[in-house]
Amino acid sequence: MALMRLTSPHAHGPMSTQRVMQSVLLATIPGIIVLTHFFGFGTLVNILWGSIVALACEALALKLRRRPLGFYLKDYSALVTAVLLCIALPPYAPWWLIAVGIASSILLAKHLYGGLGYNPFNPAMVGYVILLISFPIQMTAWAPPRGLGELPGFMEALQACFTPSAYDAITMATPMDLLKQNNSLLIKDLWGQYPQFGRWSGRGWEWANIAFLAGGVWLLYQRIFTWHAPVAMLVTLGLLAAIFYDGGSSASGGSPLFHLLGGATMFGAFFIVTDPVSSAVSLRGRLIFGGLIGVLIYTIRIEGNYPDSVAFAVLIMNFAAPFIDYYTQPRTYGHRKKRAGE
Amino acid sequence: MRKVFDFHGGIHPTENKHQSVRTPIADAGIPPELIIPLSQHIGAPARPLVAIGERVLKGQMIAEALGFVSVPVHAPTSGTIHAIEDRLIAHPSGYLAPCIVITTDGQDEWEAHSGVLNYRTLETADLISIIRNAGIAGMGGAGFPSAVKLSVKADTPIETLIINGTECEPYITADDALMREQAFEIIEGTKILQQIIGPKSTLIGVEDNKPEGIAALCAAAQGTNIEIVTFPTKYPSGGEKQLVEILTGQQVPSGGLPSEVGVVCQNIGSTVAIFDAVVKGRPLISRVTTVTGESVREPQNFEVLIGTPVQYLIDKAGYQSEKNNRLIMGGPMMGFTIPDTGVPIVKTTNCVLAPSEAELSTPPPAQACIRCGMCAEVCPASLLPQQMFWFAQGKEFEKLEEHNLFDCIECGACSFACPSNIPLVQYYRASKSEILQLRHDHEIAEQSRIRFEARQQRLEQAEQEKEAKRAARKIAAQQRAEAAQESGAEDPIQAAIDRAKIKKAEQQQDGAGDESELHKLEKAIASTAKRLTTATTKLEQAQAEGSDLVGALQTGVDKTREKMAVAKQALNDYQQHLDTRSAEQRPADAAQSAIERAMQARTTEAALSPQEKARVDLKKLQNRLKKTQATLLQSHQNAEEAKVIEALESTVARLTEKINALQPLLNTAEDA
Repeated sequence: MALMRLTSPHAHGPMSTQRVMQSVLLATIPGIIVLTHFFGFGTLVNILWGSIVALACEALALKLRRRPLGFYLKDYSALVTAVLLCIALPPYAPWWLIAVGIASSILLAKHLYGGLGYNPFNPAMVGYVILLISFPIQMTAWAPPRGLGELPGFMEALQACFTPSAYDAITMATPMDLLKQNNSLLIKDLWGQYPQFGRWSGRGWEWANIAFLAGGVWLLYQRIFTWHAPVAMLVTLGLLAAIFYDGGSSASGGSPLFHLLGGATMFGAFFIVTDPVSSAVSLRGRLIFGGLIGVLIYTIRIEGNYPDSVAFAVLIMNFAAPFIDYYTQPRTYGHRKKRAGE
Repeated sequence: MRKVFDFHGGIHPTENKHQSVRTPIADAGIPPELIIPLSQHIGAPARPLVAIGERVLKGQMIAEALGFVSVPVHAPTSGTIHAIEDRLIAHPSGYLAPCIVITTDGQDEWEAHSGVLNYRTLETADLISIIRNAGIAGMGGAGFPSAVKLSVKADTPIETLIINGTECEPYITADDALMREQAFEIIEGTKILQQIIGPKSTLIGVEDNKPEGIAALCAAAQGTNIEIVTFPTKYPSGGEKQLVEILTGQQVPSGGLPSEVGVVCQNIGSTVAIFDAVVKGRPLISRVTTVTGESVREPQNFEVLIGTPVQYLIDKAGYQSEKNNRLIMGGPMMGFTIPDTGVPIVKTTNCVLAPSEAELSTPPPAQACIRCGMCAEVCPASLLPQQMFWFAQGKEFEKLEEHNLFDCIECGACSFACPSNIPLVQYYRASKSEILQLRHDHEIAEQSRIRFEARQQRLEQAEQEKEAKRAARKIAAQQRAEAAQESGAEDPIQAAIDRAKIKKAEQQQDGAGDESELHKLEKAIASTAKRLTTATTKLEQAQAEGSDLVGALQTGVDKTREKMAVAKQALNDYQQHLDTRSAEQRPADAAQSAIERAMQARTTEAALSPQEKARVDLKKLQNRLKKTQATLLQSHQNAEEAKVIEALESTVARLTEKINALQPLLNTAEDA
């Protein structure tokens, strides 16, 4: 047998792109369970339907681009995009809303830019923002959490998705909406007036956030990503919330815990901000990237027109990532100064 | 306990070291044939000192160093020189290189050699020269001649001597085996190095995964000022730059040498070789090489003669070719695959790795880079491999250099960590060589541009000078003309024409004109006659030879005859005119003078003796010969037709013949 000619290194580590993607999918499971517990089967149905659409879109794009289907479908990247977007969508969203969102993510945000690894923007967040701007009513219709209304069963969830006209949706304002619309009540009174608030943040939301935090910590432990971007984001968000808490007055922005465990904070910090493709790459760069996302999230939550803002903050910082990279090159071994920005 | 530092990045690949250290170092024996490359190190190849068929003894120098950065080569055992030719060598590119091939005789007969047991008595220069003559080159990596490393300049003080016993590559245990079995030699060799360099501190750096080796070294180093420093196992801590940082906390400047931060590094294997060279007088003719991997039955370390073919060596370890997918010289991180099992072991071969497919599987096709940054996390040079990969794909060489591509030590940690299986190091290697090639091309282009511009300038200058001269001449001529006009004189040309006219007019008016006119006409006739004769002869000759030139010559003769007739007519007319004039002036004298002239001519002719006649003839002939020769020469120069030249040559020959015929006649006449 002829000897194989290969260049070094001949050994390879255990990490693979598939494993990275699978780990991310696994890490979302606690969050999905908590969401399902508090808001019913809507999120699960979203994910099931979204995954089918995502794989179909991915296959279509690969076929059009004449790429081997099996090789690329097996990298799980389309599934990750679908699961992340579907977690962010309101439960009991109609099928077409999900399909439009997924198609925007996979076809526009990913494959138009050249496929996995070449997209400058986080595909799931592009899909989310397109939907939020195009269909604001459907996108802000969140179901009430467990205990504040009857949760639909699995069949009803399916019905809500595939025959939306026949489904009578029950929706309720989210805690983020309530805080934003508040202009006369002290935080304490607000808490007392609306049952949507829980111990620290939104009822159900706080547990979902804790579950996503757990998934994120597991991913950190698995060395799927580094702590820099998520921690920087959480720290700046918490700091800003603390600074502008204002002792809980009627003009208060909400407590740090309300922000850290409210809305999409933990999900964003560990599953969106950490998307390697569209984030900054150097460690210092990731600190800046994450920190500025935290600033933007708080600013848009308090000052913007939308109740939650992780998607906008992430997309804006995606723009800045190459710029940050340029100025945060690490000092190379044997060099005195950082080469950044020369 | 000395403080050790950490370096950025690094990885922890499966070590797989235990397999090959279960048994002590074995002797690989003498293969039937040794192939010894003339270049086994960085620098100039050695020059052979032996002839084919010559018998060589073990330890005999068979090739000498050429230049400063070069080391000699010695015969690893006794035998005869079989060939000095190009052979496949152990090189990533798998190319042929000049080698000396020795057919061994199995007697292993040493050349007379002796070491210096008490090396303390030796001078530094002597020690360095012993090391150089023993052919010692760095035995860990690139094979930099040890003597060159030790010849540090006096103005760079060396604080620290570092002996690299890290051996961070997985699988390789050659240094570990040396530490376990030859700790004494290592310490003694290190002492020799201390004597040469005179450092303040001497450290032997060993990763903490070699407890037996460390224990042996510590025991041997007792009572010396040599410190054994252990640090956590992490690849690539054995890289020279990384080891310097671990042990001193300092970084070797980019593009610089460790001596710039007061450090000299030597490999464990080199210390043993230096000990052997100095104390035993034994040149570097063998080394310890690990043979390991799942494709050999008994992985172990061997003492191998330099030049031993890989096939011979792996067979000793029970090579199973059916299991093997590739043969790697070196470790799994930085080693290279060899194209053939016939390549020889060289001074830098620390390991031959024969893995099975399960052990080191064929890499799957690369996936897209997801910019996860795992490569940047493990890079020991703190580079951004994912960015460099991006630029390498786009051939953005400037950006690559901005990202310090040339600080990449090609350790392979980034490729190891890459989840998408991208062969990153290969991209950097290719880009490096492309950039170097471009630099080289650019240099050459720059040189030729300078040459071209210089030439262009030279030509322009010459042209300008010419132009200047031309202009100067023009101005001078104009000035002359102007000056002439100013001084009242006419144009020089006009003046010359005028002078000629005046002269002509004078001649016509003058009575003397008659004489000269007559003379002219006579001369014309004479020359025409001569031409006619020549032409006729030529024509005759041509006719005799049947030459193509007959026609042309005939025309020539006819024309000459016509001219002759015209000339004669002119003479006649003129004479008549003269006669009329004379008749008008002195009619009686004319007849008288004619008669007198005729009479005179007759007397002269009669008065001529035969030899005088011959002499006149001879003179005439000689004149003709001279003329013909001149024409011939001219024809040659003008490269005229061969036939014309031939004709002229034959004329010359004939004339010479005639002259030769006349000469004796004349001589006899004179003798008489």
